[in-house]
Amino acid sequence: MSTYQEYIMQNEDRDGIRWSWNVWPSSRLEATRMVVPLSCLFTPLKERVDLPPIQYEPILCTRHTCRAVLNPLCQVDYRSKIWSCNFCYQRNPFPASYGAISETHQPAELIPQFTTIEYQVPGSAPIGPLFLFVIDTCMDEEDLQAMKESLQMSLSLLPNNAVIGLITYGRMVQVHELGTEGISKSYVFRGTKDLAAKQIQEMLGLNKVASGNPQQGQQPQARPVAFPTSRFLQPLHKCDMFVTDLLGELQRDPWPVSQGKRPVRSVGAALSIAVGLLECAFPNVASRIMLFMGGPCTQGPGMIIDESLENTIRSWYDIEKDNNKYTKKAVKHYESLSVRAANNGHVIDIYACALDQTGLHEMKCCTNITGGIMVMGDSFNTSLFKQTFQKVFSKDSKGEFNMAFNAVMEIKTSREIKVNGVIGPCVSLNVKSPCVSETEIGIGGTSQWKASGIDPATTLSVFFEVVNQHNTPIPQGGRGNVQFITHYVHSSGQRRIRVTTIARNWADSATGQAHVAAGFDQEAAAVLMSRLAINRSVSDDGTDVLRWLDRMLIRLCQKFGEFQKDSPESFRFAENFSLYPQFMFHLRRSSFLQVFGHSPDEIAYYRYQFNRQDLTNSLIMMQPVLYSYSFNGPPEPVLLDSTSIQADKILLLDTFFQVLIYHGETIDQWKKAGYQEKPEYENFRQLMQAPVDDAQDILATRFPIPRYIETQHGGSQARFLLHKVNPSQTHNTMWGGGQQDGSAPVLTDDVSLQVFMDHLKNMCCIIFGIYI
Amino acid sequence: MNPPPTSYNQPITSPPPLPSNTNSGMNNPPASGYQQNYQRPPTSEYPQQPGYPVSGAGEPPRPNEHSYSKPNQPPYQPIHQQMSNAPGSYMPPPSTPGYIPPPQTINPTQSYPQPGPPGAAGVARPPNYPNQPVTAPPKRLDPDAMPSPIQVIQDDKINRGGEGFRTEGRGLVPPLVTTQFTVEDMGSVSPRYVRCTAYNLPATADMAKNCQVPMSLCVKPLSALPEGESPPFIVDPGPDGPIRCKRCKAYMCPQFTFTDGGRRFQCVLCNAITDTPHSYFDHLDHMNHRVDKYRRPELCRGSYEFIATKDYCRNDKFPLSPAFIFAIDVSYNAMKSGYVDLLCRQLHTLLDTLPKEAHQEKSSIRVGFITYNNVLHFYNLKSSLAQPQMMVVSDVNDVFVPLQDGFLVDLDQSRHVIDSLLDQIPDMFRDTRETELVFAPVIQAVVQALKSAECAGKLFMFHTSLPIGEAPGKLKNRDDRKLIATDKEKVLFNPASNFYEKLAKDCVAQACCVDLFLFPNQYVDVATLSQVPQYTGGQVYKYNFFRSDIDGSRFIKDFAHDLQRDIVFDAIMRVRTSTGIRAVQFYGSLYMGNTTDVELAAIDCDKAIQVELKHDDKIAEEYGAYVQIALLYTSVSGQRRLRLHNLNLSVCTQLADLYRSCETDVLMNYLAKKAVVSALQSSSAKLREELINQISVTLATYRKHVASPSSPGQLILPECMKLLPVYLNCLLKNDAIHSSHDVTTDDRAYLRHLIISMDVSDTQTFLYPRLIPVFGETVSIEGLPPAIRCSEERMKENEAYLLENAVSLFLWIGQSVDPAWIQNVFGVQSAAQIDIDLVNLVVYDNEDSRKLRDLVAKLQASRNRQMKFTIVRQRDKLEPWFKHLLAEDRGAGGATSYVDFLCHMHKEIRALLN
Repeated sequence: MSTYQEYIMQNEDRDGIRWSWNVWPSSRLEATRMVVPLSCLFTPLKERVDLPPIQYEPILCTRHTCRAVLNPLCQVDYRSKIWSCNFCYQRNPFPASYGAISETHQPAELIPQFTTIEYQVPGSAPIGPLFLFVIDTCMDEEDLQAMKESLQMSLSLLPNNAVIGLITYGRMVQVHELGTEGISKSYVFRGTKDLAAKQIQEMLGLNKVASGNPQQGQQPQARPVAFPTSRFLQPLHKCDMFVTDLLGELQRDPWPVSQGKRPVRSVGAALSIAVGLLECAFPNVASRIMLFMGGPCTQGPGMIIDESLENTIRSWYDIEKDNNKYTKKAVKHYESLSVRAANNGHVIDIYACALDQTGLHEMKCCTNITGGIMVMGDSFNTSLFKQTFQKVFSKDSKGEFNMAFNAVMEIKTSREIKVNGVIGPCVSLNVKSPCVSETEIGIGGTSQWKASGIDPATTLSVFFEVVNQHNTPIPQGGRGNVQFITHYVHSSGQRRIRVTTIARNWADSATGQAHVAAGFDQEAAAVLMSRLAINRSVSDDGTDVLRWLDRMLIRLCQKFGEFQKDSPESFRFAENFSLYPQFMFHLRRSSFLQVFGHSPDEIAYYRYQFNRQDLTNSLIMMQPVLYSYSFNGPPEPVLLDSTSIQADKILLLDTFFQVLIYHGETIDQWKKAGYQEKPEYENFRQLMQAPVDDAQDILATRFPIPRYIETQHGGSQARFLLHKVNPSQTHNTMWGGGQQDGSAPVLTDDVSLQVFMDHLKNMCCIIFGIYI
Repeated sequence: MNPPPTSYNQPITSPPPLPSNTNSGMNNPPASGYQQNYQRPPTSEYPQQPGYPVSGAGEPPRPNEHSYSKPNQPPYQPIHQQMSNAPGSYMPPPSTPGYIPPPQTINPTQSYPQPGPPGAAGVARPPNYPNQPVTAPPKRLDPDAMPSPIQVIQDDKINRGGEGFRTEGRGLVPPLVTTQFTVEDMGSVSPRYVRCTAYNLPATADMAKNCQVPMSLCVKPLSALPEGESPPFIVDPGPDGPIRCKRCKAYMCPQFTFTDGGRRFQCVLCNAITDTPHSYFDHLDHMNHRVDKYRRPELCRGSYEFIATKDYCRNDKFPLSPAFIFAIDVSYNAMKSGYVDLLCRQLHTLLDTLPKEAHQEKSSIRVGFITYNNVLHFYNLKSSLAQPQMMVVSDVNDVFVPLQDGFLVDLDQSRHVIDSLLDQIPDMFRDTRETELVFAPVIQAVVQALKSAECAGKLFMFHTSLPIGEAPGKLKNRDDRKLIATDKEKVLFNPASNFYEKLAKDCVAQACCVDLFLFPNQYVDVATLSQVPQYTGGQVYKYNFFRSDIDGSRFIKDFAHDLQRDIVFDAIMRVRTSTGIRAVQFYGSLYMGNTTDVELAAIDCDKAIQVELKHDDKIAEEYGAYVQIALLYTSVSGQRRLRLHNLNLSVCTQLADLYRSCETDVLMNYLAKKAVVSALQSSSAKLREELINQISVTLATYRKHVASPSSPGQLILPECMKLLPVYLNCLLKNDAIHSSHDVTTDDRAYLRHLIISMDVSDTQTFLYPRLIPVFGETVSIEGLPPAIRCSEERMKENEAYLLENAVSLFLWIGQSVDPAWIQNVFGVQSAAQIDIDLVNLVVYDNEDSRKLRDLVAKLQASRNRQMKFTIVRQRDKLEPWFKHLLAEDRGAGGATSYVDFLCHMHKEIRALLN
């Protein structure tokens, strides 16, 4: 094993996990002094092409408080066919079917390279994944048309075994009956009313048959009440023609919208009906509710804003000052819906496309709790939406859908550590176990979490606590173990169990600090700290969070930096800490914490993505990546700094949400003069083309599709770039230094990274010893 | 054999025996010991003959000339009777050849004294009867001596039939409703639109109280007119709207007088003087009539219309054309009865016949469809759709309309979608198992739909059973037969809750008229369900145990008539009267939000409204009394108009004048409606008592103050009211009023609902059915044989009769009727083989068949409702049902015969006189 860097990468590739500390402090006291908590970013369903297909159930530890899964870290006595659990040290006999095992003939789950393994449990779900489209009809003709086309297209992308349903809404909510002959039929609900699942069931006439046919009750295990609901939810192959036609005939909401009014849109009621319909008919069946909305909910439950355009939709100011009568009620409505959906294993996806806000701030819990997909765009008639939506149904290298359902993740730990909680798109199942800490971080107090919808990219942050006391040393060479057991339903309907077991060394309490510091993963730590900060900002005031973040940074520097007292110049950081302050600098400036200039919806969307993307993407979101293209050499990554903005260079900025190409002043002038058209300036054309091609690569691989922007010096869209770069030159510094190299000053009063770092060093060295 | 009708015509050719009283010209009683007395008409009492050219109003006719020149219409119908103290024996009625003595006779043990034999001078009685029992000991009142409705009708037809009735002057009494005549509008309203109980109003409240003759108008504001009479002219009064009195807001009418050279006019109702607007000014001629009088209908006509301005519209906006909405029950029962198939099939063509205005090429009415069982199905019929879209609303507790655009559509544009829908409705619900039904949510939804469409409209609702579905307005079976004939009986006819009244109020507020077609197999609580139609100017139709093959054509014809007839929407009727009287009570299919405005979600040409007038002061005899009825409405094309009817009445200070100008048919119409309303509050025994009492007072007052003094043993009736006793008896024994176990609660509630909006002609027949001998000679102008009196005694075994009471039509076939006739009409050899389920006569090409079918068609044509046709053979098990309608006979359940009732009335009157 060469470097920690390689070790970390290897572990990430194999287990989908990144720890903030790769060597663990051996006692609670030491752990708290590490500043950054012991935590990890875990991708439960990380795409693995090399996993062996195991077609049986995992072997569990027989101690019923443990139930850990047999793994390569267990001690195995091949003679007596006994294995001892590496969590509770219980000795368990192998079942009879394992009679033939030996050192040379190991089952896959004991082979050391398979610390992550997947069991494909025999038997499959009775019904394929269910897709319930909930469609807004209050939008202009173009948008509606684009959405209809996307939906019609999506029918061909759905799995063969898919079952689909259709709900449309505007002023009213319509649940469409599928597969009727002649007259198309729909059940209509008032958009102003919140109905209980039972009422919905009654109104859709779903209760009649069940009660009228007692013989059906005798076999409840047979298809879950397939008969009455089949009017609304039908296998795709039976009704795709009908649904295609129905979508084709879909009209805009026929209720007139008068001048100065918003369309009356019943998002809340529609979602409530969708959740209710599935709840009573298909509990625990893999289902996605795909909600499409072209504007905010303007009536009934979950209302974001009223009809009148005189009243503007809430801003941060309104939310902070509690100046808005709808927000709290709406949040409550959507939260209760989300919890209901999550409990039944149903996913809610939100596709919101509008120029104004649509209420994602209130509705974010729908996707955050159920693990659904949230997409925010300007219009359904953009490639952003169309391609993103298409990607929802993309397939992996094995030709399988990138979506899984009803995932339950369970964590087991060695007795020295306990779980504080999880931050990510999931919901607690409230299962207490010995490895649950009393201190909660994120969603805590449980050892099991449920994500109704999950995909291979979904990454959760898990926080741990070392509970070992300082005076009970861990035996030399001891290792801490954590096991993640994830049950889920594959898109094929198959039930699968993925088990990841990891072990890390304990640091020796006397000499351990150097080892611990060496095992620091600054990228993971930065992302984990950011998630903690964002999690805090939901409940705490923005400035408090920033102050906390600063304090933690200073403490980390004090703990791990090398410096002489009162001499900031002497401050040195080890290589694996060096980038951390810079990440923090950009995090402080990012829209995750600085809400100024962004609508509540945008913030909700950004945070949603940040909390579920993997480490790389999260880092890009925190500190966007900037590439520079010039005649002077091949494209190179450059500092995210205003000095990088040069007149003769083309920049490619990737902020995850946006991919922006910026033409420097000179390049722009050349372009306007049309040099790229001339054969003799072929090289200029190529230079211009290079970032476009690179951008296309990014666009092609990323989900959701970022917004693609091409701009130039002085262009209005250049603000996306100027907003992100480190303001090393501002209008304040210009007068002294003058304009250098054609780089652009940034009009801001924000401090630059240099100032920030200087200040940080000062804080560390001068006020040494004082915990702020 | 002499057919009986000839004897009724007898008086025409042979005068009745002259009275031989010394100074009165009346005959002395035969020397049999009875007091025979005829009342001589006082000179002032003889009714004017309004149809005759009379040079000046108020000129008293010369008594002798009138009383004797018209021998067939004696002024009074005298009844002679002797109170016999020896009950138990009676004289059988005189036998004539072919006359079958009735098997049943008056019970000798009845409590009141047996009537004596008739006097010799019974007018309706043919004088040439053999064995006239003039000298026989008096035992029984001769039915022929009692006032006969048939005779009165016949006499009026002969005297006034075919005449032109000019509505000139004041207080003219029009011919009877049964008489055919033409009307010429000369400045007062035609009797087609308005008829009164009395055309000569008492001047003071005391007088009115004394005589107990109600002052009431039967207004049929949109009455259909016979050919030859033109509908009211439409006047466009320009942007300023019609000219009105500044004080009472009465509209310009022929009775307003212009003064000051035409610069001012005086209101005839409140006497206020208003300046004539410049634009309306015209000079006066030497008679103080405006020069343009005959160019302006409002100055020379009794009825006319104004086109209304925006001020007369809801929210100051001209209305949109109204909508027709069809709500079809598609529950299990509905599908089973088969009406849905039939209706959907017929609607294809019927939709082409929606009402339109004379100048329109096609109707501008929009249509919409709903089907329902325990949920509501709306249909999007937008013309751009290839197929209708069904939208189900299951939230019946809080119902709403799921669509706006596409629910109410233009018939032409969406024709293909509508046709497709009508084709598919029966198939879609063919296999439904749904038996629960809702009712009120449908109406609520329609009200909402009309509200959002901002128009008035009419809902045609087709419904089968009691709405027991969990929804507002849910009903339960409360048909407790034990309550019948008790004090609590009224509970059955009061609505189950006030929910439906509130619902109706909402309908009226949105001008939504509801017509209800019921197809019940059991109790549906008509009393409650009919509330909405009743308050919204709608109507209930009821087809018990509906079967398409039997009742189908009747239903479709009813529906077609209902769909096609003239109708107006969103109407307000206001009755303005001369100072001294005012309209206090209104009966009919209407809603009263306050005490003066009659709110009508819609009103059609068949609906009549009773308006009761009361004194609040005395009225001057010389001025007369005026009534202006203004009906503001939206026409089928969406035009807002005002229809005005101006009625000129006389005022009298002498009771005699009053009694001479009464119209019994209108009075009965009023009494019937009032009885229906009162029956909701009081028991039928009490109601009966009150009615008898009221009429007794009326007749006793006449006897006391008008008629010449005579022996108290005599029953003397005013000429105009001589039919009151028989009609009152008919009313009291009518199924709607009379407590009977034989008629279901629903049927009675249904009849009551019918009565409330019936016009005078309908009530007349409804109370006293027409019994027409099929073999009779077709003589009268209507092409019908003259009717005979409604009594079994008058019927012959070798005859067949048609009986019609405006609701049902019976064909009664005597036992010994000519088999050849049966063969000709029914195609079978004997009466026993006749298929009595037959609802339409089979067409056979022979004289008998043609004649009978022609008769049935003619009877039906005179009614706006399809009558249920039933064939009854003599001694069939259905016969009691038929006999039940014989108005002069005793009925089941203690219903009195005419004879008995007349005696009872006499006793009451005598008690009052003493």
